[in-house]
Amino acid sequence: MLSTPALVLAIILFGLGLIGLLSRRNILYMLLSLEIMLNAAALAFIAGGARWGQVDGEIMFLFILTLAAAEVSVALGIVLQLSHRFRTLDADAFCEMKG
Amino acid sequence: MEILFYIAAAVTVLATLRVITHVHAVHALLYLVVALIALSLIFYLLGAQFAAALEIIIYGGAIMVLFIFVVMLLGPLAVEQERTWFSLSAWVGPSILALVLLGEVGYLIASGDHPTMAVAEPREKAISIALYGPYIIGVELASMLLLPGLIGAYHLGRRLSSEARSC
Repeated sequence: MLSTPALVLAIILFGLGLIGLLSRRNILYMLLSLEIMLNAAALAFIAGGARWGQVDGEIMFLFILTLAAAEVSVALGIVLQLSHRFRTLDADAFCEMKG
Repeated sequence: MEILFYIAAAVTVLATLRVITHVHAVHALLYLVVALIALSLIFYLLGAQFAAALEIIIYGGAIMVLFIFVVMLLGPLAVEQERTWFSLSAWVGPSILALVLLGEVGYLIASGDHPTMAVAEPREKAISIALYGPYIIGVELASMLLLPGLIGAYHLGRRLSSEARSC
């Protein structure tokens, strides 16, 4: 069975995405790291669905895909706005909004 | 089958490592596309061929093209920058990783040892029946998520263009 190594791979990918999200300060790379983490979660669902022979894993993958599409479209609009206003993509520069 | 999985997993992890360590946004996006294609091969090996196709079409196609468009919109496309993007080192790494994946797919086609051949009934039918049966609330919620996403993206993009026109 390939489910256990697939779950280990999902853990590794999620960890890499989390490290990228915490270490990078460029907001575009933070978005890419979010995509990696979403993919790792999708891989975990697919592995679970393959382990039990059910279709629920793939259905959860479809929902994750929908979520990623909506999230990316809004987040990229925000990235464009921020780069237009602040002339930078540094996440630490967007500290105007206090509280 | 096992060794194919491990090779694809190694390609995924290597490409993801390059994504989070690269300084060039376009190069990082190239590596992320390779990682997504390798992940799609892993989905196929796990027996989820529908998810594998969707991963390539929607993730590798649509979402990555969105990212690349935004990266192109962000910076002014200087000739010097364009030259660095077309350097040999930009595409040799992703090409090697993609060639590994191509070899795996070629082996899968040649060997005829498909993980999904054994299933008598196509999985897509079961997915569709479950999607519009017990998961109908989820489908409705997804549509309710996509509509605000569409409106939000339109609103954010529209205000940018009107401001750019005024100043």
